[in-house]
Amino acid sequence: MTVPADLKYTKDHEWTQSAGGEMTIGITAFAVEQLGDITLVNLDVKAGDVIAAGKAFGTIESVKTLSDLFAPVSGKIVKVNADLEKRPELVNEDCYGKGWMVVIAPSEPAESAKLMDATAYGEYLKTAAH
Amino acid sequence: MTDAPLRRTSLYAEHVAAGARIVPFAGWEMPVQYTGIVDEHTAVRTAAGLFDASHMGELELRGEYSGHVVDYLTTNDTKKLVDGQAQYTCAVNESGTILDDLIVYRVAADRWLIVCNAGNHDKISALFAKAAENHCEFSDQSDKTALIALQGPKAFDVLALAGADAAKLHDLPGFHFRDAVIANVRCTASRTGYTGEDGVEIFCAWDDAPTLWRSLLELGRSMGVSPGVSPGVKCAGLGARDTLRLEARLSLYGNDIDETTNPLEAGLGWIVKLDKGDFVGRAALQEIKAKPLARKLVGFEMTGRGVGRHGYPLRDLDGKEVGICTSGGPAPTVGKSIGLGYLPSAMCDVGTKFLVDCRGKNIDAVVVKTPFYKRTKEAKEGSAK
Repeated sequence: MTVPADLKYTKDHEWTQSAGGEMTIGITAFAVEQLGDITLVNLDVKAGDVIAAGKAFGTIESVKTLSDLFAPVSGKIVKVNADLEKRPELVNEDCYGKGWMVVIAPSEPAESAKLMDATAYGEYLKTAAH
Repeated sequence: MTDAPLRRTSLYAEHVAAGARIVPFAGWEMPVQYTGIVDEHTAVRTAAGLFDASHMGELELRGEYSGHVVDYLTTNDTKKLVDGQAQYTCAVNESGTILDDLIVYRVAADRWLIVCNAGNHDKISALFAKAAENHCEFSDQSDKTALIALQGPKAFDVLALAGADAAKLHDLPGFHFRDAVIANVRCTASRTGYTGEDGVEIFCAWDDAPTLWRSLLELGRSMGVSPGVSPGVKCAGLGARDTLRLEARLSLYGNDIDETTNPLEAGLGWIVKLDKGDFVGRAALQEIKAKPLARKLVGFEMTGRGVGRHGYPLRDLDGKEVGICTSGGPAPTVGKSIGLGYLPSAMCDVGTKFLVDCRGKNIDAVVVKTPFYKRTKEAKEGSAK
């Protein structure tokens, strides 16, 4: 299971990458494996929206099930990945790259500090796997 | 359901070794997928898939009056069956709603096999046991009987490699069965399935299933080795079983049919033979049939961006709740998002537009003809070569 060392993670199996006051968010390889073939990504936010940590910003439909996407931190949406509307399979193919979901400008630094690093997430996966 | 520990079929170790993801299902630990639902689904549509269905229940009735007992408890007409013939049917209660959908097998005039859903096993086993009292012998064979389904256009090509007797199974007509030897395992092969493809369901002794399973996979590997051709047989899990059966519009008990639905509104009128003589639920079904149906189970396609799922409300174009989605999901072969649901009879014509309430979002949908997928004549002929 790929867990890139330079990212931070949530218990909902989302990854985050912070740079220049902005945070890119996607779902991890573990989440992708659990979901299986992703057929629809619905991002219910647009640039400029303000979202609170823990609130759903969209949904992912796989062949098997529907899952919510939760904002890992509070902040303003900077951009959303419009490519996913036509090509949801990008999440299966490249979840840490072209399959990114949204970029948020975090407003509460304390929330970002609570995210897991790759080591902690790796440990978390061991407990989540069964 | 009870808190009883989950049970494992004799193929559990095979599933784990093949990398399956195991989930609880109807009291059993079953493989939901191995390589991916779409991959397995496509394998069954284009080559062949192997399913473990050993969790299902097998009940045996023997004796002079066993046929009468089976006929009295089921809605279809078992008197039309000859030895070696099977029939899709259901058991209903006195109010005409569905206890389970079943396949009954006439082994002989005085020997019958009933196959029921795992989730209904205790209820159906008790029903038949009680009805058999003082009339015929009843034995629950579920613990001793494994069931493996081999499904897909290459199913009979695989069997052609599984011994002289197995090679002759392509002569078996649809919904017929016989004792057979497949890859040196004694079994009963039935030309039935739950995928919309041709193939067989194979009953064998509980402990023989792993040998048979491995042999069929091995034979599959020996075929289709040329470049670009997928292996002959793939393991397929419950996930693919669900997408395959939905495309073929085969009902799933607990989703599309249950004790709140009757077979007439569920589109199963063809297995209700009101003129066959008395049976449990007949009076209620006669009464239901005498009046126009209030609602019907129809197939639909999502025309907007969304996926209908079990339990989602269905609304008319004014937003009024008028029905319920019973099954739904992306359909890999059809290439659309499809579903089944109950709608008022006035809204059941093909082409009728309505809305699926996908967790608060009303998404456009339209009633379509079912089955969503039907295998082509060429595929049928190809498999019978």
